[in-house]
Amino acid sequence: MLIDPHGNAVDASGYAAPDGPALLRAFAALVTARRLNDQAYALVRQGRLAVYPSSHGQEACQVAAAQVLADGDWLFPTYRDTIAAVGRGVDPVEALSLLKGDWHCGYDPYEHNVAPHATPLATQLPHAVGVAHAARLRGEPTVVLALCGDGGTSEGDFHEALNFAAVLRAPVVFFVQNNEYAISVPLARQTAAPSLAHKGIGYGVPGERVDGNDAAALLTVLGAAVERARAGGGPQLIEAHTYRMQAHTNADDATRYRRDDEVAAWVERDPITRLEAHLRERGLLDDAQLADITAQAEHVATHLRDGLNRDVEPDPAMLFDHVYASPTPQLTEQAALVADELDREGALR
Amino acid sequence: MTVTATDHVKLTMAQALNRALRDAMAADPAVVVFGEDVGALGGVFRITDGLTAEFGEDRCFDTPLAESGIVGVAVGMAMNGMRPVVEMQFDAFAYPAFEQIVSHVAKMRNRTRGRVTLPMVIRVPYAGGIGGVEHHCDSSEAYYAHTPGLHVVAPATPADAYGLLREAIASDDPVIFLEPKKLYWSKEEVELGAEVPGIGTAVVRRAGTDATLIAYGPSVPVALEAAEVAAGEGRSLQVVDLRSIVPFDDETVCAAVRSTGRAVVVAEAAGFASVSSEIVARVTERCFHALAAPIRRVTGFDIPYPPPKLEHFQLPGVDRVLDAVDDLQWEDS
Repeated sequence: MLIDPHGNAVDASGYAAPDGPALLRAFAALVTARRLNDQAYALVRQGRLAVYPSSHGQEACQVAAAQVLADGDWLFPTYRDTIAAVGRGVDPVEALSLLKGDWHCGYDPYEHNVAPHATPLATQLPHAVGVAHAARLRGEPTVVLALCGDGGTSEGDFHEALNFAAVLRAPVVFFVQNNEYAISVPLARQTAAPSLAHKGIGYGVPGERVDGNDAAALLTVLGAAVERARAGGGPQLIEAHTYRMQAHTNADDATRYRRDDEVAAWVERDPITRLEAHLRERGLLDDAQLADITAQAEHVATHLRDGLNRDVEPDPAMLFDHVYASPTPQLTEQAALVADELDREGALR
Repeated sequence: MTVTATDHVKLTMAQALNRALRDAMAADPAVVVFGEDVGALGGVFRITDGLTAEFGEDRCFDTPLAESGIVGVAVGMAMNGMRPVVEMQFDAFAYPAFEQIVSHVAKMRNRTRGRVTLPMVIRVPYAGGIGGVEHHCDSSEAYYAHTPGLHVVAPATPADAYGLLREAIASDDPVIFLEPKKLYWSKEEVELGAEVPGIGTAVVRRAGTDATLIAYGPSVPVALEAAEVAAGEGRSLQVVDLRSIVPFDDETVCAAVRSTGRAVVVAEAAGFASVSSEIVARVTERCFHALAAPIRRVTGFDIPYPPPKLEHFQLPGVDRVLDAVDDLQWEDS
């Protein structure tokens, strides 16, 4: 921890806090992140999104993950990491394509080096190792930041990815957001390990824990891991301790498995109020700046709302276009069948 | 694929596969080979023999023993400019990688609307007939063939092994490359660099007029032998080698069946819900009026693959194929 829940600087030897501009940038991103989380949640209720796994409460992790990477670095997000993808430059409307119920990820993964978000748990982690290893073989300075949750650390691919990364010395930072719950299952039922960071030990991967609601600490710890990996130091495992303030998704009922007072305790540790208090205390943020930042967040939320309110008629013919580089004869036949059905439907209208 | 110089050599299928890997690696620095024991050992079947020595450890390397990790890392490398060729040591050892194959390898192109393609090959030594113990003899083609987004290939000759593997490595789509273990040591003259029909093309291996045997991979030599025996008994059997299960060459197969009016599908895999059932269904749908008899199948039984001493009961043999041919309602014609 570098900033306590009240916004006070904490002396942590060996860890230098980020400079003022970096913190201010993170704060602006946090405000936008919260606004986008709330907007997306509202859009589910309005039927514009099929489902939204919100990162409300985890925004410091999302923002820091995006901010510590350099151009050319890769991000591998999960379905709860829309905000991190947006932080790398992905248009939020496109980033939510799969959650809107589309058949594709919306954005071009190569435009910002953001992989399509992974829905199966931890399966993206070996991909992250592969991207990093390919870059390393070509002598490129790329670092890959791979995200997963506490539940994901129980999946086999988490362990295989850590092991491969260590053996290959791949420049990957595994960033686990421990938000205490895998849908309804609390951490105590997920693992008997002393911490999730401990899981690196068996693979020779250094593990580190960080306060997941302290943007300053996250920037420092993740930033150091990224630069260590870039310098050839190999992979690292970072566990951020945070909390999922809302239910798993809108389809979940969190009251069945956790108590309101537990949630209320985490309101006190909110990542945004903490950084705001700190920046104001240091004279780095005033009301006028906050108004600008809030207006900018509102602007992004409006863009998301407008984008998702736009009705785009999906074209069923496209379902056949990208299964293979060129369609098999069988797919060509099937696409023709659908086209014929559409023609006949059109003729009836 | 641009291979121009031709070179005639007598090779086993294992050697032909090794040559294909070596030639592909020499032609394209993006081609990398990895898996379990593929480095110093050269693979348990020696398919990767000498590749690490020739191209270095960055191009052909041993990995930890974890198939999901192997395939998952290959996905990432393929996303980032490489053409990985990975080895699953045995058919049944590929199952830990199943989620990676089905949820990512097969779907990446589609879920990125063609922006991220995965030019990767998953080599799987497969099927039985070598006296292998349990978990070493599975015919797993149906799992892959049932998954949209994958190409599934099974060569039956050294020449096809070379040509199809070069094609598979050059393909921008992921290819499941099934290598019939029992044919690894079969030998023939291979014209390296000769144009072979591409993935998705079946070939007629033997001309015949009375009935068509449809086979792929390890069953092709069985079908050819059956045709030879039948010829001695005065019956002319045509043999079609699918070579590629996905894409499936309806045109060649249906033309062959129409020319004879009778067909038997020969495959080692258990028959229920199998590639062989798909073949019967599609050929029947397309050639019903050309058929003089229902299409018969000679397949493995619907049992776990039996132990070495009993495997000959499971494998489709010449006699069973000829019995099935005898059942094609000849009395009606």
